[in-house]
Amino acid sequence: MTFHLAVALKDTGWHPAAPPGDVLEPDFWVSQIQEAERGLATLVTLEDGFARRGLDSVLIALRAGPVTSHVGLVPTVVATHTEPFHVSTQIATLDWVTAGRAGERIKVSADPAEAALFGRRDPSSETREGLFDEAIDHVEVQRRLWDSWEDDAEIRDAATNRFVDRDKLHYIDFVGSHFAVRGPSITPRPPQGQPIVTALAHVDTAYRLAARCADLVFTTPDGVGRDGPTGDAATTLRGVRSAEAEIGRAEPAQVLGDLVVFLDDDATAASTRWTRLDGERTLRSDADVFAGTVDQLATKLEGWAAAGLDGARLRPAVAEHDLPRIARDLAPELARRGLTRTAYEADTLRGLLGLAKPADRYAGVQS
Amino acid sequence: MTQKKQIHLAAHFPGVNNTTVWSDPASGSHIEFESFRHFAQSAERGLFDFLFLAEGLRLREQGGKIYDLDVMGRPDNVSILQAMAAVTSHIGLAGTVNSTFNEPLDVARKLASLDFLSGGRAAWNVVTSWDEFTGENFRRGGYLPKEKRYLRAQEMLDVAKQLWDTDGGEFDIHTDQFDITGRFPVPRSPQGHPVIIQAGDSEEGREFAAASADAIFTRHAEKQAGMEFYADVKGRLAAHGRRHEDLKILPAATFVLGDTEDEAAENARQVQYQQVSPATAIAFAEQVWNRDLSDVDPDGPVPSFDPKTEDDVDSGGHISKGRASVRQYRDPVATAREWRELGEAKGWSLREVVIAKNGRHTFVGTPQRVADTIDDFVQSNASDGFVLVPHITPGGMDPFVDQVVPLLQEKGSFRTSYEGTTLRENLGLAPVRALSQS
Ligand SMILES: Cc1cc2nc3c(=O)[nH]c(=O)nc-3n(C[C@H](O)[C@H](O)[C@H](O)COP(=O)(O)O)c2cc1C
Repeated sequence: MTFHLAVALKDTGWHPAAPPGDVLEPDFWVSQIQEAERGLATLVTLEDGFARRGLDSVLIALRAGPVTSHVGLVPTVVATHTEPFHVSTQIATLDWVTAGRAGERIKVSADPAEAALFGRRDPSSETREGLFDEAIDHVEVQRRLWDSWEDDAEIRDAATNRFVDRDKLHYIDFVGSHFAVRGPSITPRPPQGQPIVTALAHVDTAYRLAARCADLVFTTPDGVGRDGPTGDAATTLRGVRSAEAEIGRAEPAQVLGDLVVFLDDDATAASTRWTRLDGERTLRSDADVFAGTVDQLATKLEGWAAAGLDGARLRPAVAEHDLPRIARDLAPELARRGLTRTAYEADTLRGLLGLAKPADRYAGVQS
Repeated sequence: MTQKKQIHLAAHFPGVNNTTVWSDPASGSHIEFESFRHFAQSAERGLFDFLFLAEGLRLREQGGKIYDLDVMGRPDNVSILQAMAAVTSHIGLAGTVNSTFNEPLDVARKLASLDFLSGGRAAWNVVTSWDEFTGENFRRGGYLPKEKRYLRAQEMLDVAKQLWDTDGGEFDIHTDQFDITGRFPVPRSPQGHPVIIQAGDSEEGREFAAASADAIFTRHAEKQAGMEFYADVKGRLAAHGRRHEDLKILPAATFVLGDTEDEAAENARQVQYQQVSPATAIAFAEQVWNRDLSDVDPDGPVPSFDPKTEDDVDSGGHISKGRASVRQYRDPVATAREWRELGEAKGWSLREVVIAKNGRHTFVGTPQRVADTIDDFVQSNASDGFVLVPHITPGGMDPFVDQVVPLLQEKGSFRTSYEGTTLRENLGLAPVRALSQS
C-alpha cells in the first residue's frame, strides 16, 4: 500500500511570520499546487474560513483544475454557514472539471465573528455537538445529491424525444433538524460518483464526525487539540477506529497524520529558522512541528507508516521554502525507501487512494 | 473620422431549454469540461465581451414529474466560470446567481474571488426566484414571500457593493433583510465591482437596471420593440445621475446561417422542427391549457376546448414548475383562442402552431445578411449588441465566429482585438468609484 503524501496549503505558509506573497493572484496558487503535483502528492488541501482574509478555496481549486493533471484538489467547506445544495454542486463541478480529482474538507465553525458575517444565527445558543451534527447532515445531503442522478440517466432517446430517463433521477427528501432538501441535484452525478470527503479531527466530537461522514481523516499525532494533547500516531489512529466501531462503520476511513514542517540541509538551520520566525510572531499549532532534514523527516514518516497511518499531510511552514523541499527532496526520498509512489498510477483521486467508485444508492429504486 | 458605434457580443452557453438541439449528431456533452473549454475559447477567438450562463436551482417538472424532453443538468455557475478563467485570458465571465438562496457575504466573496482569479473578468446577473418550488432545495425553504424577494435582491446588490467597497475592511450593515457585521475578507478586486447584469422586464426590473446595473439582458430582439425598450431604459438613466453609456442593452438572440438566403431559411426551418418535437409541442400546449394533454395528437388541430383557469399560476397550482415562461400565459383562454385561430387560418397542426409561436429565430440568412442586420440594429439604437444563444453545444458558436465576426469587423463596428484587460474596459464602462469616494 502506498503511503500518501498530502500537502496542506495555507496563505504563504503555516508560520504566521512567513513572508507575504501574492495570495490574490492565480499564479501564486497554481504554482504551489503544481509544485505539490511535481512531488506526486496524492492531494492538496486548501485552508479556508469566512472570517479569514483570502480568496474562496473552492474557486482556487477550480482555477487550478484545468492546469493540473493528477493531484487531488481538496478545498475547505464551512458546513455551518453554507447551503448543502450549493456546496454539493460546487464540488460536483470541481469533479467534472478535473475528471475525478475533487474532494472537500468539511469544517464546523463555532466562531462568533464568522456567524456575525452572516447574521443568521446566534452562536451563543448553539452547542458544539449541535454544530457537528449539522455538519454530518450537510455531508449526508451532499452525498445524496451526488447520487440523485444515476450515471446513465442521460439517454438522448430520439425515438421518444426524451433527453433523460426520469426514473433514474431521484428526489432525496432529506429532512433534518437544520434543513430539508428535496432534490434531485441540478448537476449530473460527478465522475467519481462520490467525491472524497475529508475532515480534520483532534478529539472525540470530531472523531465522531469523521467516522460518520469522512472517507479520509487528518489527525494530529503528538499535537495539541482543544482538550489537550492528542497522543502519538497509534493513539490518534485508535481514536478514529473506536469512533468507527461505536457506530458500526464497515469500511474504515484512511487516516493521515498532520505535521508542520521546516526542512533544511541540516537540522540546526531548520530550528534556527523556526526560532527566528517565532521571534516575529509565535507559531501556535494544533499539529506537531518538525524542524530538521529530509532524511530525518523520512525516518519519522516511516515510523508513522509502521504505526498504521495511511499517510501524512504536511503543512509547509514557509511555502516558498518548505514546499519545494517537500516536493523535490522529501518525495523522492520517500519513494526511494519504498514508502510512496514513483509515478501517478491513476487519474482520479479515488484511484490514487485505492478506492473504487461507489454504487449509486438509488440505482433501481422507484421514485 | 469618428468611430462607428461598437457592437458588444456575449455568448450564452446553450442549456436547459428546448432551443438546445440535443438530438443533432454534432451535439456534444453539456456537462463535461471539454464542452465549456471549447465554447469559451471559441467565443474568445471571436473577441466576444463575455460568456453568459443561466441558472436554475431545481429541475423543472410538468404534471408532477421531472420534465424530460430538454437538455438538463448543469454545473454550478461561478465554479465553472472559474475553471474557464484558466483556459481563457480576455473574455468576461458572467454568471446568473440567485439572490434569494444565497447570503451576501458568501456571494460577494465568491464574485470578488472570481474577479481576482480571472484578472478582472467577473460579472453577476442578479436574479430572484418567484416560486416556493425552488425553495424546497434550501435551508430557507419557501419562507420568503414573492414581494420580499425583489426587496431582498435590491438589498443584496446594495450590500454586496458596500462589502466590495470596504476594500477588505470593517462593515456594519443593518437593512430590512440583513444584520451583518465584521470584516470583508477580500480586498478590492481588479474591477472594484464585478460587472452587474439585470435580466427582467417589469417596471421594477427596468428601474432596478437603470439605477444599479451595468448591462441589461432582455428579450426584445426585434428592431421596433428593441428601439422602444432601448429608449425607455436609457431614458431612465439621467434620473439616477447616470449617462447613456453607463448601461449596455443586450437582447438575447439566436441565429441560423446558410450559404444562400434559401438555404438559411431551410436550415432555420429544420432547426425549429428539431427544437419542437411532437412531445415538446404537447408539453408546450399543456403549459397553456394547464392540464394533461397526452391523448391529444400533436399533428392534429389545436384543441377545441378551453384551458383550465381556476388555478393560481403563482401559488403553485400550475402544471409546469420551475419555468419562467408560464408567467407569460396570464390569459390562457385568449392564448388558446389565438393558437386555434392561427391553426385554422393557416391549416396548421398543433405542432406547427407551437413552432410558429415559440420557434422564432432572430437572425437568419447568409453571414453577410446577418452581419448587416446586427449592425443595423445596433446603429439604429435597437440595442448595444446581443447575447447570442447557439442551438448546438459546444460548437454552435463557431460558424458565427468564423463567418460573421470578420464581416462585422470589416464594417468597423466590431473590435479587431480586445481593448482592455478587464470586462468593464471591454464593455466601455467607466471604472467603479467606491461609494465612499462618490
Ligand atoms: C433574458 C432573461 C434571462 C433570464 N435568465 C434567468 C436565469 O437564468 N435564471 C433565473 O432564475 N431567472 C432568469 N430570468 C428571470 C429574471 O431574472 C426575473 O426574475 C424575471 O424576469 C422576473 O422579473 P420581471 O418581473 O422584472 O420580468 C431571466 C429573465 C430574462 C428576461
